[in-house]
Amino acid sequence: MMGLAKHGDLNLTARELKRLEKERLKQEKYFTASQWRLMWRKLLRHRLAVISFVLIALLYTGALFAGFIAPYGLEDYSGTYSNAPPSKIHFFHEGEFVGPFVYPYEIAYNEFWEKVFVENTAQPYPIKLFVKGSPYKLFGVFKSDVHLFGVDNANLPPGKDEVRVMLFGADQLGRDLFSRILIGSQVSLTVPLLGTFISFVLAVVIGGVSGYFGGLIDTVIQRIIEMISSFPTLPLWMALSAAIPPGITVTRVYILITIIMSLISWPGLARTVRSRFLSLREEDFVLAARIAGVSNFKIIIKHLVPGFMSYLIVDLTLGIPGMILGETSMSFLGLGMRPPATSWGVLLQECQSVHNIANHPWKLIPVLFVGTAVLAFNFLGDGLRDAADPYK
Amino acid sequence: MDNLGYIIKRLGLAAVTLILISFAVFFIIQLPPGDFVDTMVANMIRQGEVVTQEDIINLKSMYGLDRPFVVQYFGWFKGILTGNWGTSYYYNQSVLVKIKETLGTTLMISFVTLVFTYIIAVPIAIYSAKHQYSIGDYIVTFIGFVGLAVPHFLLAILLMYVSFRLTGKPLMGLFPEGGITDWPSFLEFLKRLIIPVIVISTSGACGLIRRVRAQLLDEQGKPYVLCLRAKGVTERAITFKYAMRQVLNPIVSGLGGMISGIFNGSTITAIVLMLPTQGPILLKALQTQDVYLSGGILLISASLVVIGNLISDILLAVLDPRIKLLEEIK
Repeated sequence: MMGLAKHGDLNLTARELKRLEKERLKQEKYFTASQWRLMWRKLLRHRLAVISFVLIALLYTGALFAGFIAPYGLEDYSGTYSNAPPSKIHFFHEGEFVGPFVYPYEIAYNEFWEKVFVENTAQPYPIKLFVKGSPYKLFGVFKSDVHLFGVDNANLPPGKDEVRVMLFGADQLGRDLFSRILIGSQVSLTVPLLGTFISFVLAVVIGGVSGYFGGLIDTVIQRIIEMISSFPTLPLWMALSAAIPPGITVTRVYILITIIMSLISWPGLARTVRSRFLSLREEDFVLAARIAGVSNFKIIIKHLVPGFMSYLIVDLTLGIPGMILGETSMSFLGLGMRPPATSWGVLLQECQSVHNIANHPWKLIPVLFVGTAVLAFNFLGDGLRDAADPYK
Repeated sequence: MDNLGYIIKRLGLAAVTLILISFAVFFIIQLPPGDFVDTMVANMIRQGEVVTQEDIINLKSMYGLDRPFVVQYFGWFKGILTGNWGTSYYYNQSVLVKIKETLGTTLMISFVTLVFTYIIAVPIAIYSAKHQYSIGDYIVTFIGFVGLAVPHFLLAILLMYVSFRLTGKPLMGLFPEGGITDWPSFLEFLKRLIIPVIVISTSGACGLIRRVRAQLLDEQGKPYVLCLRAKGVTERAITFKYAMRQVLNPIVSGLGGMISGIFNGSTITAIVLMLPTQGPILLKALQTQDVYLSGGILLISASLVVIGNLISDILLAVLDPRIKLLEEIK
């Protein structure tokens, strides 16, 4: 544990005394720290979990400020840039340093009559910060048209197509993939969070009732849970998503998808909750509470739930990757989010044909985001699991 | 209570689960707004026929669609038991015939994948646990994590892309043209089997490796292992004769989940790679609101998972008598 203070050294200087006092205080703090504080401390020692946490924070920040960070809007398309590769960012124009800039792409054809993009190096178009572009609403409230970065098109000859900077290239319709990934993350990263919240509530209520009351209720609920978990997830997801009626608003599709995602993950959580309840309800403090006349509901919420909250958080975190993959898979199959709404899965729809990937490999970039998010939540969950039992 | 009693009890529970599943399946396939007659009427109107409100009501009563939900369910359930699974509107074929067409391939792929998963995962897990914190262990753990993180369909696309780059033509489908008739065509079939099997088994294998490795590591620290070592029992005997017995439990109990995972994987992989299994048919059925067909496929896949769970329960009871005892105490 903490280093023990050296004994037997009588000639302690004032500085050493101070240091010892500090250490004693630190130890005291450790022994009197709350369980949550201890968990937090242990989590911080898990390096992968910390890195993952930072990555997750970055991804969510990107989603939150997507409209601002993305240089273009969701539907800004350009015929010239259809299937354009990622823009090359240059710094030197004719041997002279001019800061970051791009050259406009021009379409040419190679000897096989395939479309290729060639840079027209006549005129540099500088990349500037805080450029005015297509309007968006920050947090859905504040209207703005200032983007973090973009191309300064002041020198554009009239009648020419606007020059664009596309960090990750463009899709079939010439829409900027970078912008679309950021805006799509608003769906891909929030569905699992909301879904997790819904399954949390369902799991605590249903698992709690099942474990606390036992008997017939328990048997019935256990059968239902067994039934739901017998379904292979993906076919069930597909069937439920296909039941979403066509022509309803994007918001409602979003809500329904979230509910479908959560419907499938709560049974496992409810099982965890139930088994914890079974072991906790025999404890003396529950008996004491019952004798004191505390209501069943209050016993569950106030006395039992805190007892296994940490385990539940671990399971919830580890449930998120499944939901990210689920939403991505559904959208990829065309059963999830529908255009005009975008999620990572929708973006990957263009990757359904080998030829498309072979010719435009940058369209696989959303995979990196899906993989990063899934891995990060997995590592964070692992770290939390180690931290959940801080006295170990 | 003997083994037979335990097995009968398990069988009873599985039957109850199956009935519940059939009810849920019927509920799900009734969820989409509108029914088969609405689609039919829309088609008739498109073809220029005049359909009155009365005709619609007549049609609905003809197909029994005006009856209450529970009555319809029992009609459907009776059909399931007697071998009449309804008609697929899209393929204009009996649902059972359509399912049988692909069931063989689906089961074959699932079985090959299952065997492949175990063959790959168990030795790797044992190696990884015996050489904890070695370079090999780190590589395995890392691949295990990545394998869990990458969705099936992306792995399928990536491998397809790689094979396209290597061979110059995409390896799609499963059976070579003209079917398997001779040795070269069989080899071609095996070649096409590689990608789907790798893709589908990846996440299951990664999960299994993690579970078995963790369990084996747990066992290694237990006093009986120390005792064995002190007695001079060889490391090999400790692992395979003693520790592995404990590890059998997670291997066997994961069977149901593994089958479920294989269905997840094979559904979407088959859609991407255009394999002749139930995946693409399920997607088509869902897109065209071919409810009886999608219901049938859902029912089949869930039933197979239930059967997998049943097998693993029985195997566990045979392998590990303590489990049955625990149940009796409860």
